[in-house]
Amino acid sequence: MTDLSGYQRPFFGTQPDYLYPPYRSTVKRAPTRPLVLIPQTLSEITGPVFGANAVGANDFDLTSGHDGDPLGERIVVSGRVLDESGKAIPHALIELWQANAAGRYQHPVDNHDAPLDPNFTGCGRTLTDAQGHYRFVTIKPGAYPWRNHFNAWRPAHLHFSLFGQGFMQRLVTQMYFPGDPLLAYDPMYTSVPDEMARARLVSCFDWETTIPERALGYRFDIVLNGRDATPMER
Amino acid sequence: MSLLTTSSQTVGPFVSIGFAWLTTTDIAPADVAGERVTVEGCIVDGDGKPVSDAMLEIWQANTQGKYAHPDDRQDKPVAAGFRGFGRVPTDARGAFRFTTIKPGNVPGPGATTQAPHLLVSIFMRGLLKRLVSRIYFPDDPANATDAVLALVPADRRATLIAKQASANASTLTWNVILQGADETVFFDC
Repeated sequence: MTDLSGYQRPFFGTQPDYLYPPYRSTVKRAPTRPLVLIPQTLSEITGPVFGANAVGANDFDLTSGHDGDPLGERIVVSGRVLDESGKAIPHALIELWQANAAGRYQHPVDNHDAPLDPNFTGCGRTLTDAQGHYRFVTIKPGAYPWRNHFNAWRPAHLHFSLFGQGFMQRLVTQMYFPGDPLLAYDPMYTSVPDEMARARLVSCFDWETTIPERALGYRFDIVLNGRDATPMER
Repeated sequence: MSLLTTSSQTVGPFVSIGFAWLTTTDIAPADVAGERVTVEGCIVDGDGKPVSDAMLEIWQANTQGKYAHPDDRQDKPVAAGFRGFGRVPTDARGAFRFTTIKPGNVPGPGATTQAPHLLVSIFMRGLLKRLVSRIYFPDDPANATDAVLALVPADRRATLIAKQASANASTLTWNVILQGADETVFFDC
């Protein structure tokens, strides 16, 4: 096993702590005892492999699969999945879920008084290509209120879930939209200590992928833990 | 080029919209060899209240101790139908349940061998990043020499070892206690 290297730990400040009291749900759910530091073994550097058949041909298009078109501003969200050395992560499974254009999730727990859209379920998935590129077609989700604090509103966001190439690259994050005034007030966004890291959760408007008379393009690159230069025995 | 890992964010309360399609509560299809086990338990928060909106993901080797992944270069077979991945939601009572096969011993740090174990990632509203833990098997002699268990303070090791459910020998219980005196051990790896 000596020829295998483990994965780097995320750089200081890029990841939120478990306990972040402004996000109230962390208070009773964050661990209170220190994590136990362990070496990465074969168990941690491997992870589930999803073949090309894992997703359906239209699963990348959240506007498809219903009788009609969903309401809202149609968007294309694309980018690359890379590791910290800039190396593309090919054939990686990405899951996406989101609220509809009115800011309502197709979920029994969501009781926000905004309309459901019969033509929008709000989930999709895709695999990155050989160069790490991915692309989703969807609608821009609406902002919505939540009960974290008085007059709390979540900025518009897409939930992204990535598997990468091993257990150590597993990541769930959220993508935001440029210029959203709600970001500064959002404890999920501000839970990330480093301001630059926070800003990287905000997508860029992108002319290149904007489809004339059809959909606005947003670009969002995602970086997963890179491989250590040294083998994992230490 | 040097980039920095994208920040983790919570899965939030509506995670099932995105995760449900890949729910896998039977990790080993019928034709996969190995000793069948059912693992059940529940997740409770710092108030002792059940967590009804969590998702667990399991990662494990097969009965020979081989992972279905290209970085596992051991010269051992893996059945085509065995991915080694499970995804299990909690229900309204905070309970989860899955069936699988007991994995074999897998290579550990240096020349050591690890006791059979399942890796667990836990996602839920209120967790800004996943929790990582392990499920070990009761009465396995290899637990005594496992390099990861050895790093856990002795008085907390029991939180990682499933217990035999009295009613059925092949059913194991493993609970996730998020906070408090009996808090489950979570790892930084």
